Amino acid sequence: MIRLSNVQKTYAARRGSDEHVALRGINLDIAAGEIVGVIGRSGAGKSTLIRCINLLETPTSGSVTVDGTDVTTLSKRDLPLFRRQLGMVFQHFNLLSSRTVFDNIALPLELAGATKAEIAKAVDPLLPLVGLEEKRDRHPAELSGGQKQRVGIARALSSNPKVLLCDEVTSALDPETTRQILTLLKDINKRLGLTMVVITHEMAVVKALCDRVAVMDAGVIVEEGAVEGIFADPKHATTQSLLADEFMDFRAGSEANSTPKTNTTTSGVAAGQEG
Amino acid sequence: MFSTLAPILLQATGETLYMVAVSLTIATAFGLPLGVLLATSGRGELFEALWFQRVFGPLVNATRSVPFIILAVAIIPFTRFVVGTSIGTSAAIVPLTVAAIPFIARIIEGAMREVDGGLIEAAQAMGARPVQVVTKVLLPEALPGIIHGLTLTAVTLIGYSAMVGAVGAGGLGDLGIRYGYQRFRPDVMAAVVITLIVVVQVVQSFGDYLARKADKRNI
Repeated sequence: MIRLSNVQKTYAARRGSDEHVALRGINLDIAAGEIVGVIGRSGAGKSTLIRCINLLETPTSGSVTVDGTDVTTLSKRDLPLFRRQLGMVFQHFNLLSSRTVFDNIALPLELAGATKAEIAKAVDPLLPLVGLEEKRDRHPAELSGGQKQRVGIARALSSNPKVLLCDEVTSALDPETTRQILTLLKDINKRLGLTMVVITHEMAVVKALCDRVAVMDAGVIVEEGAVEGIFADPKHATTQSLLADEFMDFRAGSEANSTPKTNTTTSGVAAGQEG
Repeated sequence: MFSTLAPILLQATGETLYMVAVSLTIATAFGLPLGVLLATSGRGELFEALWFQRVFGPLVNATRSVPFIILAVAIIPFTRFVVGTSIGTSAAIVPLTVAAIPFIARIIEGAMREVDGGLIEAAQAMGARPVQVVTKVLLPEALPGIIHGLTLTAVTLIGYSAMVGAVGAGGLGDLGIRYGYQRFRPDVMAAVVITLIVVVQVVQSFGDYLARKADKRNI
């Protein structure tokens, strides 16, 4: 479904910053219907990687093939048409504050020139899917973080895409909401058979959601394979340290449960890691 | 006394509102696209065109740095070319418009740059064409700021319109200068000042009301 072949991305040197190589020859194959996680620390290049799939970033060299088309060769005219086949969900939701829940979800269809009837037909079934029937005519300012992300997910699904790109979609959410959003995504994958690419820095997200995972460090995929295999036998130091974080979080969580006093300090540490 | 003052005060107020409304409308028609292009033609932006920034950036700044009364006098030949005369209410609309265009352009530019870049990215990811990013995302999201800015422009134009009164444009400023100042009628001067204050208050309140209605960021 998606194939990245030797994808390189270099940001040219500008005043005040040196040349920066974000991706150094990425090869990744993603089959239809699969959920693939890309995990790494900040600056590993995972956000650049996902943006090379829908060409929000143009690869410096290499090719990106989606559903049989080499997308790096698309013209400026055809690029928007191609992007309508991919849905994208963002860490900070990126909802329009001026639009209601319904109108936010309808936006991709509006951009594609759909009629009012077509929009209603596509959006109305999505509201119960993400559990937001009640919030149909509310504005994003009236919603919680989890509800905003549900709108973001419904919006990404409204144009009936083949692929869903998820960029740190749970990083701005609390653990309970994270669990709900991950369950929702898993459910959507099962029901609609969507291919998903999931960017995250948390192993817990990979464990809960993904079939396969690619571990990134300094613009390179250092380890890749089925989730069970990676968790059972992590080979690369980066993978091991990401897994160690998870174990620490787990221990910190259980300690916090037994002694409520340490709760504030552990959540402080967790917040520090996120930033 | 009031009975003789009321009709001329009313007429002058009407002239002022006419000058401000027409110049604000024409200036928005030019300032809006100019502001949109200033906000989107920078490096790596939607309609990257660095020549546009280099030409219109300084031009806008230059127009804004000329004191209004000097601008009004300096462009008299242009005014005469456009409306056929350089005196009267209609003639005053030309310098008012010319002064307001760069002001509005900067306001629109500023309001659009306030919009979170993540929204532009999201719109592009949805398959929005550059024009659609402007019409469907940037302008609606910037609307509260734009309304605030246009209100500010309207109030500034009311002040400017009193200034062009000094060079024979009619309106409240003209009334204040000719009757209040030159004929030593402090009552007329007071009436003019009070009317101006009331007009500005009404315009500002109306603008604030519209901006609040458009703003859905804090509900």
